[in-house]
Amino acid sequence: MTSPTTRPLLDVADLRVAFGDTEVVRGVTFSIAAGECVAIVGESGSGKSVTARALLGMAGRGSHTESSVLRVGGRELGGAGEREWRRARGRDVGLILQDALVSLDPLRPVGREIDDPLRIHERMSLPERRARVHELLASVGMPDPDFAARRRSGELSGGLRQRALIAAAIALDPPLLIADEPTTALDATVQARILALIGEIQSRGTGILLISHDLAVVGHLADRILVMRAGEIIESGTAAEVLGAPREPYTRQLIAAVPSEVPRGVPLARSEPPIPIAVDRSASRSPALVAIAANEPPLLAIDHVSKTFAVPGGRFTAVEDVSLEVRRGETVGLVGESGSGKTTLARLALGLTTPDTGEVTLDGAPWSRLDERTRRPARRRIGAIYQDPLSSFDPRWSVGRILADAWNVGAPGRHPRTADHAIAELLEQVGLEASVARRRPLTLSGGQRQRVAIARALAASPEILICDEPVSALDVTIQAQILDLLDDLQRERGLALLFISHDLGVVAHMADRVAVMQAGRIVEAGAADRVLAEPEHPYTTRLVADAPRLTRA
Amino acid sequence: MSELELRQTTIDAEVAHAPRRRARIARLPRAGTVVAGAFVLFLLAATVVPGLLETQDPNRISPSEAFDSPSLAHWFGTDESGRDIYSRVVAGTGTSLLIGVTATFIGLAFGLVLGVLAGFGGRVVDYGVNRLVEVLFAFPGLLLALLVIVVYGPGPVTATIAVGLSTAPGYARIIRGQFVAIRSSQYVEAARVLGHSRGRIIARHVLPNALIPIFVLATLGVGQAIVWAAALSYLGLGAQPPAAEWGAMLAAGRTYLSVAWWMTVFPGLMIVGTTISTTVLGRALARRGRGDA
Amino acid sequence: MLLLGGAVFVMWAVATLTFFAIRLIPGDPAQAILGGPGSQASQEALDQVRRDYGLDQPLLLQYFAMLGRLLTGDLGDSYALKIPVAELLGAQIGGTLLLAVLSLALAWVLALALSLVSTGRGRIATAIGEGVELTAAALPQFWLAAVLIAIFSTGLGWFPPVATGTASGLVLPVVTLAIPLAGFLAQVMRESLLDAMTQPFVVSARARGESAVGVRLRHTIRHAALPGISLSGWALGWLLSGAVVVETIFAIPGLGRTLLQAVTLRDIPVVTGVVLLIALVYVVMTVLTDVASRTADPRLRQEAGR
Repeated sequence: MTSPTTRPLLDVADLRVAFGDTEVVRGVTFSIAAGECVAIVGESGSGKSVTARALLGMAGRGSHTESSVLRVGGRELGGAGEREWRRARGRDVGLILQDALVSLDPLRPVGREIDDPLRIHERMSLPERRARVHELLASVGMPDPDFAARRRSGELSGGLRQRALIAAAIALDPPLLIADEPTTALDATVQARILALIGEIQSRGTGILLISHDLAVVGHLADRILVMRAGEIIESGTAAEVLGAPREPYTRQLIAAVPSEVPRGVPLARSEPPIPIAVDRSASRSPALVAIAANEPPLLAIDHVSKTFAVPGGRFTAVEDVSLEVRRGETVGLVGESGSGKTTLARLALGLTTPDTGEVTLDGAPWSRLDERTRRPARRRIGAIYQDPLSSFDPRWSVGRILADAWNVGAPGRHPRTADHAIAELLEQVGLEASVARRRPLTLSGGQRQRVAIARALAASPEILICDEPVSALDVTIQAQILDLLDDLQRERGLALLFISHDLGVVAHMADRVAVMQAGRIVEAGAADRVLAEPEHPYTTRLVADAPRLTRA
Repeated sequence: MSELELRQTTIDAEVAHAPRRRARIARLPRAGTVVAGAFVLFLLAATVVPGLLETQDPNRISPSEAFDSPSLAHWFGTDESGRDIYSRVVAGTGTSLLIGVTATFIGLAFGLVLGVLAGFGGRVVDYGVNRLVEVLFAFPGLLLALLVIVVYGPGPVTATIAVGLSTAPGYARIIRGQFVAIRSSQYVEAARVLGHSRGRIIARHVLPNALIPIFVLATLGVGQAIVWAAALSYLGLGAQPPAAEWGAMLAAGRTYLSVAWWMTVFPGLMIVGTTISTTVLGRALARRGRGDA
Repeated sequence: MLLLGGAVFVMWAVATLTFFAIRLIPGDPAQAILGGPGSQASQEALDQVRRDYGLDQPLLLQYFAMLGRLLTGDLGDSYALKIPVAELLGAQIGGTLLLAVLSLALAWVLALALSLVSTGRGRIATAIGEGVELTAAALPQFWLAAVLIAIFSTGLGWFPPVATGTASGLVLPVVTLAIPLAGFLAQVMRESLLDAMTQPFVVSARARGESAVGVRLRHTIRHAALPGISLSGWALGWLLSGAVVVETIFAIPGLGRTLLQAVTLRDIPVVTGVVLLIALVYVVMTVLTDVASRTADPRLRQEAGR
């Protein structure tokens, strides 16, 4: 699609952005031609979003931008004033951000938002503009454009409002479109449709700058890929080159960290966290253990469980007639889109809510039927890890106190003197230094916080861990380390995991067996290989087809 | 919504939006906090050892010096009997603060009872308390206090109780909200998952985390209570002149407003200063509670 | 509909609470009607009054009779003035409402202007804005009134120190009520303005070519005004209670001054009447602002529906 004869739509050379004394973009050079999609990939803090904003003259308050060339649509805008930039924004470049719920003004009808660039840049009459808004909404695949134009972003579904956001960005048909994580907040099936829409816009000759942390998304659309780290582009090339034959170790690390289609047990993180225990990676779980497990009652059994909640005007069924078993030492993956009832199921398993009908048993003994007082002593057997570890820690407590508190549960009556030793050991197991014990979780990074959360869960010596989206908020390389850690710990301790995620790739990598949940029901369950390779239920088929996949060399 | 809740919201906002300061200066309190702290120290000193701060006997009558404007001899001027306003302001600090603090305690105590009932008493109790608070909010501002005074008659004690009672619904709603937020927080859930008992969770997580915000709330409440109590005194329903209470002093100055503005301005400035200082200190406390100096 | 049901419930509860609170008053109401304990009314006169006012009936019967009369708008007769309370208050509510509404409008304008001017314009502007709000919200109405009178009436002679029934007589009372309220409103508006300015939709709007002024006028100002709307119910109640002070100081005939006189004289029917009337205004206003904020912000409707 790249045509070498046309002048590039965007030409940037030696772009530098600094906030105070800190340079966050350090000499970035690239160009985009008409109809071409260039992607910048990188993890949080790599400077990719600031780069995108700098191309709109909006690097942010207190920033200083410099460049030797900054040509947008044939006009040099390096050092341009706000007025000049404003003429370019919306007309020469459009911007799509993630999550239209907050990227469109929640108090204004989306039609008005789409109308804005027309009103600002063009001399069009009101009826003309109204007709154009209708046309735009229809062109982004909005089912009922006139109805949608009068709605506010909160009144549309996630996919539809993202379409509206795109319509606003392409209102004046700008030759260049910057898409900053355009599908990050969306479910896989919606994501696939939005990516297709962006691809369609590209095929009309619009140049696209795609900013993403997700290599699979990037692999779908990009002609060329730039890998960014610490403000610099460390590798660039065609998509096939970068994904197929990466030159830089960091790029290789990024690609290796993507869990989809990496077999179970193969570590994702190349530079491993310091785990002292040597594990034979090639061997899977010992067959003897699996054999024993098969004869035992399941560790956690969810048996025909339903749960409804009262909502105005009726009851909402969150979980409907679900049965699921987790055996000792195995990982069961639970996949589903947002609102499918995954989290309610996790809470039922943890005994935090009681089912309306059906029963949950732990190791063959009653669990959901117990009253809280009798259940409490057994609670340590079943641990939990959450998506947002920070909010699961008491804000006043240090890491050491958090762990000591959990450790006491694991062995009541143990001498507090040995707690310090136990805490150091726990921290070591999750790959953290002993000095972390004195810190507050607030001062730790996302990956470190999740490690502390895992250490807390382990402190009580549980037999099963319920992991509710434990890595969805993390960068891909950190995610890889956490997944490896969970995998190692499972092997060492024979832990069972109920692994809940919206990310099919993560589940495929982690799980022995998979259950697929849709609208409160489990529509398909079975061995992970089978379900993901030959799905039987149409919903699973769609989910598998829509999951962005990274094609590896 | 109540005045108290409004003060509370704005504190939350101020704290949430305050930029995190660099570590080097984070430990130093802000200039405003220092000034507010100094003012509150002055008030405390005036309460405990008024004699040290007074320039003369606050009740000494000197007709020849009546209506003297502020001067070096009488910093805040004199009143109709030639009494020194500055010394009277100092002497009145104790009474005014006592009324404010007592009223706050009354309000906070009722609010705490209602808030704890609603927060821990189960769905039915929670519903009942919420309705009650809603109904009490329909007596806005001083209205509830006036009703109490109709029933029990005017006077400083009634006025104090009246102000305390009329602030109680505001406290109740904020405290309930705090308990509910903490109770449904993920760290409390995490403690439940670990198998900690309800009592232990309340003792170790809920109460300590609710304590600082409630303390902040009380700081704010004192300022509000002093203003309201002074308003009642001013209307002749609380402390009466010639008592050296700020509201009563203002009421006395009202008659002479056209000849002696200082009789009105200075006691009023003390009230304003007290309210501002407690608010500023409350904010500083709230910031500290979040680990940000 | 739910809102309306809640409003009716609150009004019933307010009436009930007031009725029984009043019964806590020590002493004989009949005595109070005849001019208090000092009047030395005869036993026959007392009995007569008890029969006239239904005070010889059992408490519950009196309560239901009161509710029944309330439904027909009958608030009883004033003990002190011996005229129907409804008539007395009907003549005064207009002036008080005018005072409150004018103050509310002024407070709104002041608050919106202050928060728009001082938010997001650097540290110094923010500090000044916050300082002004803080001070304004800390000003006691009775003191502010006195200071304004000292400056603008006694000093400059621009406005009369007491209400004259003319527009210029209303200036100082309105300003007195508006300034502290503006302080409160501005604090809340600044909060939501700051919140709105950091939202991604501002980035998208600017990326479409919107100017800084355009972003303020078309986007963030709505977000700033929103809490102002939902606070207006509270604000009106606060102003009506403030009217007690301000009407007394400026000698304006109105609900507030009547209430204070009735409290001093323990004229129970008048106190009850004013309290019920203010509660009614507050409840009606709360319903209106609820409806208004839900119309302005679809997010609230979703929350309520969840």
